[in-house]
Amino acid sequence: MPHSQLFQLISAHFKDVIRHPAVIFWGIIFPILMSLGLGIAFTRKPDMVRQVAVIGQDAPIIRDFLLNRTEKLEGGDIGQPAYHLTLEDRKLGNTTFVFRETTWNQAMVLLKRGNLTVVMNQENGGIAYHFDPLNPDAQFTYYKLAAIFNGQPAPSITNAIRPLAVSGTRYIDFLVPGLMSMGIMMSCMWGMSYGMIDKRSKKLLRRMVATPMKKSYFLMALMIVRMLMNAIEGFLLFVFAWLVFDITIQGSLPGLAAVFLSGNIAFGGIAIFVSSRTDSTEIGNGLVNAVVMPMMVLSGIFFSYHNFPDWSIPVIQKLPLTLLADGLRSVFIEGAGLSAVLGQSLIMAGIGVGGFLAGLKLFKWH
Amino acid sequence: MNPVIEVRDVYKAFKNVQAVDGVNFEILQGQSVALLGPNGAGKTTLMEMIEGIQKPDAGDIRVLGKKWKGNEDELHQQIGLSLQETNFLDRLTVRETLILFASFYGLGWDRVDEIVNTIDLAEKTKAYVVNLSGGQRQRLAIGIALLNRPRLLLLDEPTTGLDPNARREIWSILARLKQQSQTSLILTTHYMEEAEQLCERIIIIDHGRILKKGTLDQLLEAENDKKIIAFTLETPAAMDNVPSRFHIQWESGRAKGSVALERMETELPELMNFLSQRKLRLKHLECRRKTLDDLFTEMTGRRLDG
Repeated sequence: MPHSQLFQLISAHFKDVIRHPAVIFWGIIFPILMSLGLGIAFTRKPDMVRQVAVIGQDAPIIRDFLLNRTEKLEGGDIGQPAYHLTLEDRKLGNTTFVFRETTWNQAMVLLKRGNLTVVMNQENGGIAYHFDPLNPDAQFTYYKLAAIFNGQPAPSITNAIRPLAVSGTRYIDFLVPGLMSMGIMMSCMWGMSYGMIDKRSKKLLRRMVATPMKKSYFLMALMIVRMLMNAIEGFLLFVFAWLVFDITIQGSLPGLAAVFLSGNIAFGGIAIFVSSRTDSTEIGNGLVNAVVMPMMVLSGIFFSYHNFPDWSIPVIQKLPLTLLADGLRSVFIEGAGLSAVLGQSLIMAGIGVGGFLAGLKLFKWH
Repeated sequence: MNPVIEVRDVYKAFKNVQAVDGVNFEILQGQSVALLGPNGAGKTTLMEMIEGIQKPDAGDIRVLGKKWKGNEDELHQQIGLSLQETNFLDRLTVRETLILFASFYGLGWDRVDEIVNTIDLAEKTKAYVVNLSGGQRQRLAIGIALLNRPRLLLLDEPTTGLDPNARREIWSILARLKQQSQTSLILTTHYMEEAEQLCERIIIIDHGRILKKGTLDQLLEAENDKKIIAFTLETPAAMDNVPSRFHIQWESGRAKGSVALERMETELPELMNFLSQRKLRLKHLECRRKTLDDLFTEMTGRRLDG
């Protein structure tokens, strides 16, 4: 065993990877930081601050509102007078409105910069709200503001709200399996492709195939090492998410193993195929991006892909990254067992074996 | 005796360069042969075709009596090679790199330990490849080429870019190998000294063609009665109206020239006369035996390392 080609190739590739100190950071610490950042951003609801531009503050309704309901803000940052009003809400988080007196032109500049989403003025004896109706954030601000002006403070209806805190239903529960899938894809695509292209351009591949080395072993060793690294990275990310966000695996471990394994095979195979010809890392960058970017956008890593048009959903669901993320999610949060994820695991393994064989056939060693 | 390498009418072109232009030669078991020529002569292309890395456009190459096609595995077991430039895995140690390559041949650690001694890297076994000097890295490359006790060793520019000490170390490793084994060696080089030191047969190549081949003595014998006069002038000058019997190889920028003389007693005074008539003042003059470099310069008007 210690003298066997495959074992030595795995051992050499593994050492080659872990002896780069940056691997520890980018492979392990970076994904954890990302999940921490995104988890905090989407799980704790801090006080929301909504900026609103007010035009024509001498109009009676507006003047009356600003004087009686709000407090003047001291030390406003951009010179114009500003007022604020805070609505307290324990369940949904407090909302603070900041009203800025501006001209129409100033308001448009602030709107374009994204500082605010709603502009108010008085028209025909009532308040008029100017905003982009397609912007959910502006809509939300409008509803809250309208409630204030109509004298129906929002808090009364929050009695009916029961915040969901059951494990598996929070955003972070959705996010962590997605991040793991993305990690597997990125690590295979960048780690393996870049490594192969680099070894080709440095003529190491050329030297290795001038021996009786089995070519398939060389590529298999790369995949196995990458799988090993991904297992370590995924495990550490899980432990972190378990400690900090109380994430649990609700499905079966064999199911998890099947999805993880087949996902690695899929992206390992794709990586070998993608990097089978070129010896330029720049072309490699382009090729990897061409594979990775569409899936990053479409496969529902950060937000559900069900917001895409209906006709596109069946296509999206067959992308390797979607298969992997859906598979991991069904094991993590839906409690799926091996049989429930077997189908997509087999498809992923099939994609990987196909990529591997095609890559091996096309592979340029010189 | 069967040849270990047969090269028959081999041609190879890249885009608009004819890299190898009709080459024929054969090498017998146990022979050491140098492919000597300047940069761009087509040595590496020829070598890579012998190594099976590139395919000839036309012609036939047999290694150990076999063509590459269909015999790759068998041939790879029996030859050892080092490429013009190879990078190994940067963060593998010398020993780990040798163990990896040994595993391809099904060899154990005992062979690795032998090789470490052969290439004088016993003290560096735990050093990462990335931290080796150029000479040490080249010794490692030769060590890898020797792992499988090859019948045929192919070295492409084994000492190019190394300092003279490192070069000598590699020469002594290869000289020892020649004494101890029946391995046939073929190397490419543009160092005349390397070809003279390590190889009994020399093939001089330029522009993809063989200019001359034979043993060192054969190559120089034909002109053996000629002596080389090399001289330097005090100031650069044009060298024109030279009497036709003198074929002066003149480097005007360096004010250096050399000329082969057959009858020193009569020709040297004539040469001195010519110089003094032209009011050219000598800074330095020497007489030496003819070298491969002189031979190459006579044939091509260029220098091997130029």
